[in-house]
Amino acid sequence: MSIFEYNGSAVVAMVGKNCFAIASDRRLGVQLQTIATDFQRISKIHDHLFIGLSGLATDVQTLYQRLVFRHKLYQLREERDMKPETFASLVSAILYEKRFGPYLCQPVIAGLGDDNKPFICTMDSIGAKELAKDFVVSGTASESLYGACEAMFKPDMEAEELFETISQALLSSVDRDCLSGWGGHVYVVTPNEIKERILKGRMD
Amino acid sequence: MGDSQYSFSLTTFSPSGKLVQIEHALTAVGSGQTSLGIKASNGVVIATEKKLPSILVDEASVQKIQHLTPNIGVVYSGMGPDFRVLVRKSRKQAEQYLRLYKEPIPVTQLVRETATVMQEFTQSGGVRPFGVSLLVAGYDDKGPQLYQVDPSGSYFSWKASAMGKNVSNAKTFLEKRYTEDMELDDAIHTAILTLKEGFEGEISSKNIEIGKIGADKVFRVLTPAEIDDYLAEVE
Repeated sequence: MSIFEYNGSAVVAMVGKNCFAIASDRRLGVQLQTIATDFQRISKIHDHLFIGLSGLATDVQTLYQRLVFRHKLYQLREERDMKPETFASLVSAILYEKRFGPYLCQPVIAGLGDDNKPFICTMDSIGAKELAKDFVVSGTASESLYGACEAMFKPDMEAEELFETISQALLSSVDRDCLSGWGGHVYVVTPNEIKERILKGRMD
Repeated sequence: MGDSQYSFSLTTFSPSGKLVQIEHALTAVGSGQTSLGIKASNGVVIATEKKLPSILVDEASVQKIQHLTPNIGVVYSGMGPDFRVLVRKSRKQAEQYLRLYKEPIPVTQLVRETATVMQEFTQSGGVRPFGVSLLVAGYDDKGPQLYQVDPSGSYFSWKASAMGKNVSNAKTFLEKRYTEDMELDDAIHTAILTLKEGFEGEISSKNIEIGKIGADKVFRVLTPAEIDDYLAEVE
């Protein structure tokens, strides 16, 4: 078993019209045993920038703390928030610093850039970026997420429809994965609003 | 030198509250060749005298205006060799920023990093302060910008500034000529006229240098031919 599958996870982000959604499951397990059902994998960096981290939970939390620290220093130094593209490059650089002993996470970054243009990207544990126009997935449920997203995604969805789509994609995917699940956590971000919702699914 | 016991240690304040070595560095700048910069509404121009010690020196081999990044240029008054060190350090800093964020460094950030280096050389052991002041011209998301950095490590943003020999005359001239809505070509004319004010001898494309950056965000040092065209327009 790969160390990336030790705790189990599912993270997905989708692009809509001037908005984006990012969602994750809520399970923290140790192999097949469930330890917690309220685990946070998605974090807000600033109002228009979110990061979801799949993979080993301990590294998820450490990496998150380092990223928040670096972003706060950037805010103080440059008196502005980071653009999503810039933040993705920072995450990539931080991951590659540990090329031969990596953080065992696969980040998903989603944000709104200039002119409210949505940006999503994912990368592997050593920071190789993968940019996408539609959706990105990561975690133990990534294979089933690819299928669900490919079937359900349409371009230029409005916020509400985007929420339905990402939620259905997430819930149907985690049902086909033993290691992730126990409901979901969804953020839908528009230029003026962040909608956060907790989903109930098959709670087993 | 040796005019007081405080002349030697960089880091010892004199009883009047001054760091005498920094004052000396400023004197070195003040006796250097004149440089000036003007921020226009749509760009920035920096210009400098290029007086050579002998007519036998190949003037094409001397470049006093240098690029730091494609959209940031710099000129100095004071000691040439010290300037080279600062340019090398600043370029390295700019590249490190680009490597980390995949985004060109903003002018303010590069100026601050450069000023930090200059400050460190006023407080470290075994080194002396830089004998140069810099004028940094750049254009980024925040528009055209002109900064002056001094040997003490302090820096200011200017609409127009001058340094080196004849500073006070040049600054008075700039104060008279400067307007907020000035365009880049007007600024270049004003820069030439200001240099001409305190110029000993005949001004020509061989003994001045001009660098400019406009809304295209590309900093460029003018060729002697282009300078000749501007000189003809001024007359």
